Amino acid sequence: MATALMTEPPEPAAVPTRSWVEDLRAPGARGQAAVADLHALLLKAARFEVGRRGALAHLRGGDEEDLAQQAADDALMAVLRKLDEFRGESRFTTWAYKFALLEAAVKVRRRAWQGREVPLEDEAWATLADAGAQAATGAESAELFAALREEIQHSLSERQRQVLVAVALNGVPIDVLAERLGSTRGALYKNLHDARRKLREALAERGLRVGTSGEEE
Amino acid sequence: MKRDEEQSAILGRVLGPGAPELTCEQCFEELDRYVELDLAGEAAEARVPGMGAHLDGCPACAEDFRSLRDLVAAEGASGEGD
Repeated sequence: MATALMTEPPEPAAVPTRSWVEDLRAPGARGQAAVADLHALLLKAARFEVGRRGALAHLRGGDEEDLAQQAADDALMAVLRKLDEFRGESRFTTWAYKFALLEAAVKVRRRAWQGREVPLEDEAWATLADAGAQAATGAESAELFAALREEIQHSLSERQRQVLVAVALNGVPIDVLAERLGSTRGALYKNLHDARRKLREALAERGLRVGTSGEEE
Repeated sequence: MKRDEEQSAILGRVLGPGAPELTCEQCFEELDRYVELDLAGEAAEARVPGMGAHLDGCPACAEDFRSLRDLVAAEGASGEGD
């Protein structure tokens, strides 16, 4: 039949994209099923993250699973709370995964540092002093590190110095420091950013050049 | 040479990227879009200016980026996700 010949063939492997936002907002069984499916996805992402980083926190198998479950539960609440903010600029699953990965990563970092003291400033000065003393590229580097030590001690506010020393010199994860100081990653990164800018400006005023990937402002 | 690299790494951590960068909140907001652009081989940095500098300066956000990129890439390879 001619009409049959004119029928367009089905698209190969065309898988319909699920309308997650609609499904999650739907009342009754449809909404409940979507929430259950979303939780399963978030749990998969959380297990992925805990699997990557669990060794850092010396987690055993059972603890890893508990942590992944907690991260998935918290991420589910965050995703449902922020559903209005999904702009469709990425796949829904990519958008949702980031909440689970963040929750899991923060939990693993905090577990890894549980019961550990944040290293003191003295250790950071030693790091800078070693770097200056070993300056293989000559006096210029030694002068730069000496200036850096002075500026960290004298040009920064107490909070800026605390965050810079802990995060940049002592390798304390910013989420761990945020928990200890009752702050947030964003607020502490602002402190770090401001400290870095002050140090760059102070070094420039001394006529010391540092390698940069670009200039700010 | 190794000492030079160590010193350069210390300076990098202390002085940061020295370029205009997003905040941690903006980074999280844009992370999913940035990762998909990056995996698609598109100009992610041009579309989300300041993200690359932030990922250079913030170790925690950089880890979050690598995790999301690797998870989505693994799913793409296995045909999952929607």
